[in-house]
Amino acid sequence: MSAHPDERDAPWLDPKAQPYVRIENVTKKFGEFVAVNDVSLNIYRGEIFCLLGGSGSGKTTLLRMLAGFEQPTSGRIFIDGVPMEGVPPYERPVNMMFQSYALFPHMTVEQNVAFGLKQEGLPRAEIEERVAEMLSIVKLNGLEKRKPHQLSGGQRQRVALARSLVKRPKLLLLDEPLGALDKKLREHTQFELVNIQERLGVTFIVVTHDQEEAMTLATRIGLMDQGRIVQVGTPYEIYEFPNSRFVAEFIGNVNMFEGRLVEDEPDHVTIDSHDLGGTLYVGHGVSAAPDALVWAAIRPEKMVLSREEPPGQHNKASGIITEIAYMGDISIYIVELDSGKRVRVTQPNTHRHADDRFSWDERVWVSWSDSAAVVVTE
Amino acid sequence: MANPSYVSLGQRLISALEAVLAVIVSSYPYRASAGLLRRAGVTGRTLVIAIPTIWLLLFFLVPFLIVLKISFAETRWLGSPPYTPLFEWVEGQYLQIKLSFGNYLFLLRDSLYVQAFLSSLKVAFISTIFCLLIGYPMAYAIARASPSWRNTLLMLVILPFWTSFLLRVYAWIGLLSNQGVINQVLMSLGITREPIVMLQTDFAMYVGIVYSYLPFMILPLYANLEKHDPSLLEAAVDLGCRPFRAFLSITLPLSRPGIIAGSMLVFIPAVGEFVIPRLLGGTSSLMIGRVLWDEYFANRNWPVASAVAIALLLLLVVPIVIFQRMQARETFGAAR
Repeated sequence: MSAHPDERDAPWLDPKAQPYVRIENVTKKFGEFVAVNDVSLNIYRGEIFCLLGGSGSGKTTLLRMLAGFEQPTSGRIFIDGVPMEGVPPYERPVNMMFQSYALFPHMTVEQNVAFGLKQEGLPRAEIEERVAEMLSIVKLNGLEKRKPHQLSGGQRQRVALARSLVKRPKLLLLDEPLGALDKKLREHTQFELVNIQERLGVTFIVVTHDQEEAMTLATRIGLMDQGRIVQVGTPYEIYEFPNSRFVAEFIGNVNMFEGRLVEDEPDHVTIDSHDLGGTLYVGHGVSAAPDALVWAAIRPEKMVLSREEPPGQHNKASGIITEIAYMGDISIYIVELDSGKRVRVTQPNTHRHADDRFSWDERVWVSWSDSAAVVVTE
Repeated sequence: MANPSYVSLGQRLISALEAVLAVIVSSYPYRASAGLLRRAGVTGRTLVIAIPTIWLLLFFLVPFLIVLKISFAETRWLGSPPYTPLFEWVEGQYLQIKLSFGNYLFLLRDSLYVQAFLSSLKVAFISTIFCLLIGYPMAYAIARASPSWRNTLLMLVILPFWTSFLLRVYAWIGLLSNQGVINQVLMSLGITREPIVMLQTDFAMYVGIVYSYLPFMILPLYANLEKHDPSLLEAAVDLGCRPFRAFLSITLPLSRPGIIAGSMLVFIPAVGEFVIPRLLGGTSSLMIGRVLWDEYFANRNWPVASAVAIALLLLLVVPIVIFQRMQARETFGAAR
């Protein structure tokens, strides 16, 4: 699903790297409502940073503060080392792609894209050249004279992208860039966006509510909830090492087992879970008091179904299959454990023949390895 | 939802209406006449369009034809009606039609009419410009005001309509006359010793016209500006455009339909305006509406008055129709 962090540059791991965008303790209040609550972030050159969160999580407000449409109530924003306090949007080295695209309806595609360059007072020949170049990058050749209402959703999206990139901004802010496209077009456009980003070397900050979109696009994800950043990390880190129940449940599917710490060693812990009706053995240490209430999060694809009872005394439970969804590449099984807890297990369909597949109401064992679970304390 | 008894009352009313309709639809007279109409090619849609069509025929086209007919007649100074008949039976055998173009030629020959028409156009044009200059910022401010304020502000724009038009013009006489409120305030403050003559001047006439027609400018402009997507302006500013230039290159062109609608609603009635120039304007203000009035009531020259009316109508309507055709071609032509 995501690129492994080692495959890409990771400037955030380099202590000497200068962040391109620095957000310091930024808070934004609308009256009594706190939209953004004490957010600090460093975003580096060439990143695709996704602000991910549900509606009302403050991600769009944060983006609008970067663009200059809103002023922080407190805290500071630096872009390329320059404080942005009091700098109006039209003087920021930033361009934004709007969620609704905000194309000028009375202008042609060409005029829309040229608009930003005209504001700079560039010579006409140069404007024409750069507009043509940008239109060919987003593959809109031949549509120059059309007006926005004569374009399809995907074409409009590309005009908006071309218009915001033609000024060669160092930083592009994208508000739900793929939100208005249908699923197939969205996947295609995701890859195109990444290609264009790499080709032009622009830093992207993308706001999205769609976790799949964030996983595919992002170098790093900042997950937001109620105005706060709850976790920052690569898609891999966010998915495999969530730091809270909220993160684990927001990204992908997860089975959450509540329990108490029984054994707390540096290299492993055991958890007594009434949800499971047994004990969990987790192969990593946890910083929590003994007997503390903790949760073990296990992804559905890391669980195994079997008819025979697996060996060992931890990390297993028996139950009855109550629902099966055949998805083609995988099947999703909902198993009701003897404790009454329902868990979700996905199994790849490696064989074409259906003889040995599990069926409804079958009694099965669910098990997983020592490294499958992540323990979270909040 | 908030008031369940109200909803159930509404539902009861609707179901009662449905029951009544069901009875009517199933009755024999309805079915028989509906069947007849259907066989004659009359559908529900034609019936719906028929009502405004009949209204326009009766109250617009028929009077227009009568005026058109009179304009081709000759003046008869004695007798009633005060014009010669257009159609006459000669010896009870032929139908004789006498069309006289003399009235129209007379309009061209006597410079009074051309001058009156030109000065009406001038007055209407200047009034429209002033309405636009005053009305646009007002409409813009209302459209940008918070939703709770918007209705109050719109109400204030519409409120004067609840008072008689004539009363409001007379109120201006009270304000502008030599002993009027404005002059008394100015003199008591010592700004001027002699009263400033404002009534019976072009100034007073323009004040009256602009004041009276301003709502007709504001309302269509507001209707247009209120629909503008604020993110368009943000996009323009984001692309490096200063706010005022963003207004000029985005808001202004997008509000063109509103500007045109408002200007037409002010300009067209202002050309024929005759009450305001007569009550507030000086004797020198020559307006086509006033000439028409004098021709009709003072001179009792119905054919010339009718010719003036027809000429005015044609001179206003023809350019507007051409203009609208061009507009339609521009918008729909671009769509395909």
